[in-house]
Amino acid sequence: MTITELKNIRAEMLVHMRLRRPDGSAIFESLENCPIKKQVLVCCDTGCRSSKSTEILEALQQEALDAGLEHRVIIEKTGCFGLCAAGPVVMVYPEGIFYAKVKPEDAGQIIREHIIEGTPVERLLYKEEHLEQKTPLLFNTRFYKHQMRIALRNCGIINPDKLEEYIALDGYSALARVLTEDTPQGVIDKLKASGLRGRGGAGFPTGTKWQFTHDAKSEDGVKYVCCNADEGDPGAFMDRAVIEGDPHSVIEAMTIAGYAIGSSQGYIYIRAEYPSAIKTLQSAIEQARSYGLLGENIFGTGFSFDLELRLGAGAFVCGEETALMTSIEGKRGEPRTRPPFPANKGLFAKPTLLNNVETYANIPWIFQNGPEAYAAIGTEKSKGTKVFALGGKIRNTGLVEVPMGTTLRTIIEEIGGGIPGGKKFKAAQTGGPSGGCITEENLDVPIDYESLMSIGSMMGSGGLIVMDEDNCMVDIAKFFLNFIVDESCGKCTPCRIGTRRLYDLLTKITEGKGTMEDIKTIEELCDHLKNSSLCALGQTAPNPILSTLRNFRAEYEAHVVDKKCPAGVCLSLTHYYIDPEKCRGCGMCPGVCPVGAINGVLRAPHTIDTAKCIKCGRCAEVCRLGAIYRG
Amino acid sequence: MEKLVNLKINNIPVTVPEGSTILKAAHDSGIKIPTLCYLRDVNEIGACRICVVEVKGARSLVAACVYPVSEGMEVFTNTPKVRNSRRLTLELILSNHRMACLTCPRSKHCELLALADEFGIEAVRYAGDDMQPRIENTSLHLIRDNSKCVLCRRCVTTCRNIQEVGVIGPNDRGFDTHISCAFDRDLCEVDCISCGQCINSCPTGALAEQDDTDKVWAALNDPKKHVVVGTAPAVRAALGESFGMPIGTNVEGQMVTALRRLGFDKVFDVDHAADLTIMEEGTEFLHRLQGEGSLPMITSCSPGWIRYCEQHYGDQLDHLSTCKSPQQMFGSMVKTYYAQKCGIDPKDIVVVTIMPCVAKKYEVQRQEQRLPNGCMPVDISITTRELARMITSAGLLFDYLPKGRFDELLGISTGAAVIFGATGGVMEAALRTVAATLLGDENAPLEFKDVRGTEKGMDSIRVAEYELPGRTVKVCVASGISNAKKIMDDIRAGTCEYDFIEIMACPGGCINGGGQPLHTSYEQDYIDIRGLRAGALYNQDESMSLRKSHHNPMVKKLYEEFLGEPCGHKSHELLHTHYIPRKKHIL
Amino acid sequence: MPNCKTLVNYTGTPQQEEQLRQVIEKYKGQPGAAMPVLQEAQEIFGYLPEEVQVIIANGLDLPLSEIYGIASFYAQFTMNPKGQYRISVCLGTACYVKGAAAIVEAVEKHLNIRNGGITPDGKFSLDCCRCIGACGLAPVMMINDEVYGKLTPEKVVEILNSYN
Repeated sequence: MTITELKNIRAEMLVHMRLRRPDGSAIFESLENCPIKKQVLVCCDTGCRSSKSTEILEALQQEALDAGLEHRVIIEKTGCFGLCAAGPVVMVYPEGIFYAKVKPEDAGQIIREHIIEGTPVERLLYKEEHLEQKTPLLFNTRFYKHQMRIALRNCGIINPDKLEEYIALDGYSALARVLTEDTPQGVIDKLKASGLRGRGGAGFPTGTKWQFTHDAKSEDGVKYVCCNADEGDPGAFMDRAVIEGDPHSVIEAMTIAGYAIGSSQGYIYIRAEYPSAIKTLQSAIEQARSYGLLGENIFGTGFSFDLELRLGAGAFVCGEETALMTSIEGKRGEPRTRPPFPANKGLFAKPTLLNNVETYANIPWIFQNGPEAYAAIGTEKSKGTKVFALGGKIRNTGLVEVPMGTTLRTIIEEIGGGIPGGKKFKAAQTGGPSGGCITEENLDVPIDYESLMSIGSMMGSGGLIVMDEDNCMVDIAKFFLNFIVDESCGKCTPCRIGTRRLYDLLTKITEGKGTMEDIKTIEELCDHLKNSSLCALGQTAPNPILSTLRNFRAEYEAHVVDKKCPAGVCLSLTHYYIDPEKCRGCGMCPGVCPVGAINGVLRAPHTIDTAKCIKCGRCAEVCRLGAIYRG
Repeated sequence: MEKLVNLKINNIPVTVPEGSTILKAAHDSGIKIPTLCYLRDVNEIGACRICVVEVKGARSLVAACVYPVSEGMEVFTNTPKVRNSRRLTLELILSNHRMACLTCPRSKHCELLALADEFGIEAVRYAGDDMQPRIENTSLHLIRDNSKCVLCRRCVTTCRNIQEVGVIGPNDRGFDTHISCAFDRDLCEVDCISCGQCINSCPTGALAEQDDTDKVWAALNDPKKHVVVGTAPAVRAALGESFGMPIGTNVEGQMVTALRRLGFDKVFDVDHAADLTIMEEGTEFLHRLQGEGSLPMITSCSPGWIRYCEQHYGDQLDHLSTCKSPQQMFGSMVKTYYAQKCGIDPKDIVVVTIMPCVAKKYEVQRQEQRLPNGCMPVDISITTRELARMITSAGLLFDYLPKGRFDELLGISTGAAVIFGATGGVMEAALRTVAATLLGDENAPLEFKDVRGTEKGMDSIRVAEYELPGRTVKVCVASGISNAKKIMDDIRAGTCEYDFIEIMACPGGCINGGGQPLHTSYEQDYIDIRGLRAGALYNQDESMSLRKSHHNPMVKKLYEEFLGEPCGHKSHELLHTHYIPRKKHIL
Repeated sequence: MPNCKTLVNYTGTPQQEEQLRQVIEKYKGQPGAAMPVLQEAQEIFGYLPEEVQVIIANGLDLPLSEIYGIASFYAQFTMNPKGQYRISVCLGTACYVKGAAAIVEAVEKHLNIRNGGITPDGKFSLDCCRCIGACGLAPVMMINDEVYGKLTPEKVVEILNSYN
């Protein structure tokens, strides 16, 4: 492909693509000469697909065909809109009307009423919890208002399978410009000026990383560009969403990286648990190759670059850079000691650049809009935006992208819509198993790399799990430790044995057998793991414990001293009781009790034999009078 | 010029070559940093975290064994943080270690025990696991007890990288990680070659030889049995180490006395059989040079090597000399020649050999070596370590023992046989006799230093050419399976130019066998153990008046009275064997 | 790990073995070949029994111990066949916080199998997995490549019944 051809494709596609403006600002004039009057986009990201969005897409296409509209309406699949809680979602352009919780059988009505007659289907419009009326435009929702989409800029707008749509929204223009107008050092300088930092964890300045790999000497000239798409943080899925929604932004960015550091081969290491993302990426790579955007002599500049996919196989530790490279090398994914750093001696012992998906997804934007534009967003030390995967006890679960410096309160209360069920906020966990929790008092801290560290958590990959009063923080710490015990590679002693001992000690506490001495031992061991483990996995493994201990020490002490679990989660410390005032002896609960622990005669208050009770909770579920409680 | 780096260790300025590790730099300036998983040039992975030190500016503690020094670096090896970290790491290891030190064969040389002692660990605070023995003892040569394994992986890298046999590895992950064969199969079911190098690299009692001393005691205490012992060349160069003598002390005399006092009816020397091997193998080589049989010819003394060859190069077995190993020739002669001469029923004789090797335990039961009289040549093969244990438990104060002499009939040997114990020794011994045969004793050279590991580097593949009447003979010597592999691949590809090749399974030859006294990683790092032991053998060779196998009077007598001629009919029946291709990956 | 020894008899066909040999041929000599070969082998056979790993070890000229070491390291590789319907219940943080444990229990109870197990008829197998990236719909599970979200124990039973 030549640059002229690229421009032609863009011009040709732009006719349609101009209509897709989430804020409803589509350029309507362009409609006049255009036979296509409406465009319907259906989210086919893993989330929405699980609620049959593919069937919705097919139903819409069939209905349109039946109505003879095939040349007047475009019906496309697209990537994640972010508001997964409202899925499956459908967007109709040019208005930007947003339909939530659509069912395949709604397709006929949408086509008939909205596409043909021009009246949006009121019934399917999205309704925000706090408002009486429905909100037709996604852009106007509380969820959307505070967001700024850079990494996710094309997700939910383009069809990820159509390279042309990516090109229409300036895709590959950054690569074209870089290859024809910039020197490798020039590229790196711009990246440095943008202030972009690694989105995968510690926030290392991306430009500096590129510089190191650029400067590293390779005896045979071979260097590698790698992409970490092994999104391991259980609770984060922005990388999957980017790949499923906008795969070419990663491909374009990696190619730019290849040019900047002097590499002609890249590897994308992606989780095998993401079958759909793998398929999308594989086909995107093939398309890029067929257009000459990957391969020999890109844009006739003499620069060559190609990509290969490597599948992970279920090992969290492979998110650690050296382990990831060991895994690509076809070995057990065990980390290596550093130095030598990957920039000097990485994959196959060659200088290697590794960034994660979200980091790469920012890069084409930076070169399209200039580093200054990027640096203008965010806080002093953390530039640009960050994607968070909102999950847990929150209304609007989904993906959000906000400028650095947004407060957690904005994210949780505004964007996230607060905690459902009238429950009280307890903590938000960021950074996954390596991170920590943030409490009420820190909700107004503007979020960036440094501020999160200072309040005892970390950015990590951007998982943000909200917890309410029903979550036991000791149990949460134990959950993360269990995860780490499972996922430790087993190479170094502190992590292999230490995490297990920590887990043992936490179990002791949640079973009501802990002592205050145990808490001291835990703290000492946490400190040891931090100082002495071989890789970041072991070094950060104690974070969930340290952070919950710091913020919820009383809850630990309740388990240890009072032998109580205030949240009523830890089974050994909870019991079921029947309130004799409320119980009318209806006989429901003895019927469902699997162990016959409930005694009593009909029409008289029943009692639970706590010695027999296995705390399955079935009785409380069936009691219609709310007479059975946990304490 | 080597580039130098200036740094400070514990505030002391130090200058070391660029690329040195902190561990090395510290050692060179008189500071010993404790290690556990580290084994120089073998296992440098920074995994155990015992060697952690503080580096100014570093976020966490770093592993000294792999961390390279840099200009201006400031290292602290003994801060409270460092000491505490090492202690906690040790406590963690001990919480997952079956602490059965009283009954552990390794307790005298256990690196973990030594560390616990150094750090004054008095109690392990973590509840830990209920450690039950996890013993795998299916193979003839080795016992693994994973309840004592610290996952240092020294055995794994030894097996994979040094020997390139690769039958063990880390399996599963995290806390469940353990060292075992594929599919947790027993060692007897995989293509382990029984070299025992893993035992020598193990820091704890997780790996040990199969102890056959009870069988020896039983034989010695059985009045109906006539118990004959023979000692391999390399044993005398190392046995003294077990009794605190300096490495490289030759204790042949005390060893003979000790054996006699243990109650053996006859104390013979396998060196005698080594001379016999040279007579047979030398003759075989001359025959092959004349076109009878394949060239190159490869030595067959090392059972580990033989097993490897059978497993991986089953198509190349015709290159192996058909000679039995000296151990097997020794046993064969005891149960035929000696039995006949003394009028003892060979079935009443128990032949015990003392070997530097655990693979010999495997070799003694190779059925194709059975004698025509139905006997197996050797009944029990024990290692140098086991002999030391027997001597100790018998209450023999080794240092005080007078020097004894081997019983004559199968106990007289030449210098050529003594050097069998070091890599290159068999080749040199053979060349001494082959050259003498072709050139005459007066014209033939006596020493062939080009093939010696002590001269050219123990781990090197050594090559030499010698002009003999009619043709140039190219020879090659290699030890360690990774070296053997290179040569065998050449042979298979048809690009091998050598006529005669000596291969030993263990790097450095028998002096470094899997049955030799153990040394800590620290000693292995800083002492040239193989060189010192080999030196003891070469010194003995030099001091002897007879230095060529064909000069051995008792060997001559053996041929006159019993065998006839080398490679004759009787030799073939008693002293030669054949090989069988064995399948890799038995299913 | 309960999953490290093959418990069933080998039933690989010559066609499958031939397919595997072609895969090995494709990757042989490429750096890091072991992982993709193991992955494709698992695609072909459904699991990685000893017989298959031996073919791979011989084909790639790597020690069997190394192949097995890799296979037993990664959670995705399995030494035992999975059910016709592979159920993976996500135990990622978002799902855990929203009660994934009860979902696992519901599946275990309904099918009468444990985590890592397979029903006697070979129809269903159950594994817990780490985040499948559908946190917005927590708690979720996957049956083969199909994702089911916003689960309740009751819904689980309904879904499982739909596979009968």
